[in-house]
Amino acid sequence: MASDNVPLNGEGPALELRDVEVVYERRGRERVRAVAGASLTVERGQIVGLVGESGCGKSSLARASVGLVPAAGGSVLFESREVTPLTRRARPRELARLQMVFQNPYSSLNPRRRIGSQLADALDVLDLAAPRERRARVEELLDLVGLPASAAARYPHQFSGGQRQRIAVARALAADPSVLVLDEPLASLDASAQAQVANLLVDLSRRLSLSLLLISHDLAIVRHVADVVSVMYLGVMVETGPARSLWSLPLHPYTEALIGAVPHPDGSGFLPEALPGEVPDPAHPPAACRFHPRCPYAFDRCSKETPVTLAIESERTVACWLQAGGSPPARPGERPQPLPLLHAEE
Amino acid sequence: MSTLAFRMRARRRGGTTRPAWRQPLAVAGGVIAIAWLVVAIFAPFIAPHDPLAQTFTPAQSPSGAHLFGTDELGRDVLSRVIYGARVSVPIALLLVSLAALIGGLVGGLAGYFRGIVDGISMRTVDLVFAFPPIILAMVVAAVLGRGLRNAALAIVVVAWPSYARVVRGLVLSVGDTEYVESARLLGASARRTLFRDVLPNVAGPVFVLATLDLANAILLLSGLSFLGLGAQPPQAEWGSMVANGAQYFQWWWMGTFPGLAIFTAVLAFNFLGDSLRDFFDPQTSWGGDER
Repeated sequence: MASDNVPLNGEGPALELRDVEVVYERRGRERVRAVAGASLTVERGQIVGLVGESGCGKSSLARASVGLVPAAGGSVLFESREVTPLTRRARPRELARLQMVFQNPYSSLNPRRRIGSQLADALDVLDLAAPRERRARVEELLDLVGLPASAAARYPHQFSGGQRQRIAVARALAADPSVLVLDEPLASLDASAQAQVANLLVDLSRRLSLSLLLISHDLAIVRHVADVVSVMYLGVMVETGPARSLWSLPLHPYTEALIGAVPHPDGSGFLPEALPGEVPDPAHPPAACRFHPRCPYAFDRCSKETPVTLAIESERTVACWLQAGGSPPARPGERPQPLPLLHAEE
Repeated sequence: MSTLAFRMRARRRGGTTRPAWRQPLAVAGGVIAIAWLVVAIFAPFIAPHDPLAQTFTPAQSPSGAHLFGTDELGRDVLSRVIYGARVSVPIALLLVSLAALIGGLVGGLAGYFRGIVDGISMRTVDLVFAFPPIILAMVVAAVLGRGLRNAALAIVVVAWPSYARVVRGLVLSVGDTEYVESARLLGASARRTLFRDVLPNVAGPVFVLATLDLANAILLLSGLSFLGLGAQPPQAEWGSMVANGAQYFQWWWMGTFPGLAIFTAVLAFNFLGDSLRDFFDPQTSWGGDER
């Protein structure tokens, strides 16, 4: 949607992830590099969509971006400040304007506390409203997400999934954030609630000049909501670009496959094109390009060299050898000259 | 109890289980438990005779004058059973509260600090669990010396680890929930979320466990008294009365009635605990490793 990519006050982007790595280590188990050096920039007021199959490290990246898990490598900058991982102490005050909304609205609200009390928590901790004004502020927050003031006196189980997710958004808004990281906020909702919450998010982003990092496996929704879309595969970013141009001209074979997998309600267009094979085990990622074993266009270079991230046109990047070599960008399937295939079709 | 009332409403809305008052076991357990509490509190008014007075003909069988008969020293068995409630029920309540407090504290610290604190306290718990509870309680009671207070302390020693384990597990799992993470992101310290979000969610299951444990405590206390390690004569205590009755088997009423008292009290708290458990969470099954 409409947004300017120019920083508002020259302080750098709202949220910047640079080569972030997230590693899970447990005794007796192999270490898993869930995120293997991913970079992403969210400009102020922008909605950035992050898509990828389940298990590709999206959620780990989301958790690292707010400090819920420590980044094993790289850095996370929120308005040019380092995001430090959570300890037992209270989170640094400057980071309160970076908030997160979780996937499951059934587990992200305390079942034993009234909505009003949960919303007032942030106001209390951050001292954002005097005790007398808290009630009014809670009602204002509920109103922002389209819920009546009476909701404050009720318990989470008295609401539907969509309403709960809106309450979760209201709780994040209580901290007066400038960036919201949303980890699959629509995945556990039914279709009508998805549309409601998605519209609410776009609306809030515009009204409160809020930057959103919207994580989803559903490219169809992200396409309608996001300004910029990043595509993640097995812990790395494979392609980033403005939503419209990425949708009309995917440059990475994985993006092309994801778009091909979106069903069309009118039955027109292309048939869903399934990706061959499964997402590999992140503990044992394929060498070189991580996508090459499933890629229909892979050639010998793909299994030998890790693709570099290429800047295409002004706003797009892609990490694919197909787009290297200076020829104009094109759909992987529409490259002018046939490339030697490494894997024959099964 | 407000959370209880709230759960009741929730369950009714969900319609998966019938409300608690329609479950016969819960009602039976509740009625018997309350009856024993009333008996314990108002024993002097209910008991027809002084439990220690040796003023009647010894070894009378139950009759209109002595409903439960008299014992070998001419004491009224009914009065002794009624006064016995004053020993078993309040001591059981007290020692279960103490065990829950100690265990809850240990488990809470283990779950909160994790790491080495967790390791040390949970290995200690494992150590206590390695012994059969009645044997360990006997050893502790014997070391401390005979007497009701020492018997109660011995039971606390064997009872606290269940609470430590349950509270630790709950603090760990609730501590990792998204609502706690949200609160942390909003700037709450870990300590604040512990008191505001974690502990209120731990309280329910611990309350259930404590109710079930009351039955155990009464049984263990009677057991220790039966073995002569708890209440000392001439105090009226169910376990020691059963032990006494076992010596005079021909006078069956001496052991049977205090035995029935133990039986009903234990059963009542078990029913109550089981119903509370179903009520708080039908999915929870505590794997049987706590007791």
